[in-house]
Amino acid sequence: MKLKQLEGLLGTLQQFSHPKVELEQYPTGPHIASRLLYTAENTFGDISGKVVADFGCGCGTLGVASTLVGAEQVIGIDIDPESLEIASINAVEMELDIDFIRCDINKLRWRDHWIDTVVMNPPFGTRRKGSDMEFLAMALKVASGAVYSLHKTTTRDYIKRTALRDCNARSAEVLCQLRFDVPQLYKFHKKKEVDIAVDLWRFEPCEKIMIV
Amino acid sequence: MRLLTHNMLASNVKGVTNGFPLRLEAEKWAEKEVELNADFLRHMFSKIEWKALAGAARAVGYGELPDEADASMLDSEDFLRRFHHALLEIHVEEGALVCPESGRRFPINKGIPNMLLHEDEI
Repeated sequence: MKLKQLEGLLGTLQQFSHPKVELEQYPTGPHIASRLLYTAENTFGDISGKVVADFGCGCGTLGVASTLVGAEQVIGIDIDPESLEIASINAVEMELDIDFIRCDINKLRWRDHWIDTVVMNPPFGTRRKGSDMEFLAMALKVASGAVYSLHKTTTRDYIKRTALRDCNARSAEVLCQLRFDVPQLYKFHKKKEVDIAVDLWRFEPCEKIMIV
Repeated sequence: MRLLTHNMLASNVKGVTNGFPLRLEAEKWAEKEVELNADFLRHMFSKIEWKALAGAARAVGYGELPDEADASMLDSEDFLRRFHHALLEIHVEEGALVCPESGRRFPINKGIPNMLLHEDEI
């Protein structure tokens, strides 16, 4: 599938109707989602024929994108039932089979390294400090191949250091920088639209989990 | 929820050490054909806990999986077809997953297992 075609399909997905600020629910836009999956598949071959998990899937954009580029099985996880309902509708409307689980990412108990690839747009950790790294540590525990994630460019050094030291990452690489359009979703947003620079990261997990 | 996903999940209740596999109680399920990918099945075979898969398949009335399996069986087309069906073509819509140690029930509604814990279980 061509990049433009993927982006176009993702643009038709339903997004949050009432985003929840405590969960840092920002929709993953079609521009970013299509580039994440396109790179994961075409540069690294991490998607087609694989089991892919979408952590904090929200309305399911990354999970849908994974399925469209050829993932054999996609599992979306979110704590919020309303998001999961929208994600299920999105999957059905695209005629895709995606499994969803309602769970707190911190409380996942999955068999280690069972998933091939994790894709995620985690909370940036601005509302609840450290939540981004909790997502990353869990992703690197369940994945055997690679983890793709988005983090604010301003935290680049911190992410690299913490991933390698505390989150079982064997490698941590910034693939590109993207612009994340955060529309005015919440009252505390003063500007109409904020453009945030984010890094697209690719992490590889250590074979043996050193930190639990 | 498909049985592939079931094979990955363990009970996350605090203090439980042996939370796998979750016992599947299926009330409603659906079957949906998908294309068989032999390479993917071979890839998954090494990760699958066979007894858990066979048990879950029996819970949805599919008794066509052998009790034990080894990699040599992957040469058989018939075996691959059964493995594929159990793993990817059965969707549990309503029911529950039950922790084998604590008995905690995780309900499955509209195909989505709810693994959220109450505050006293964390």
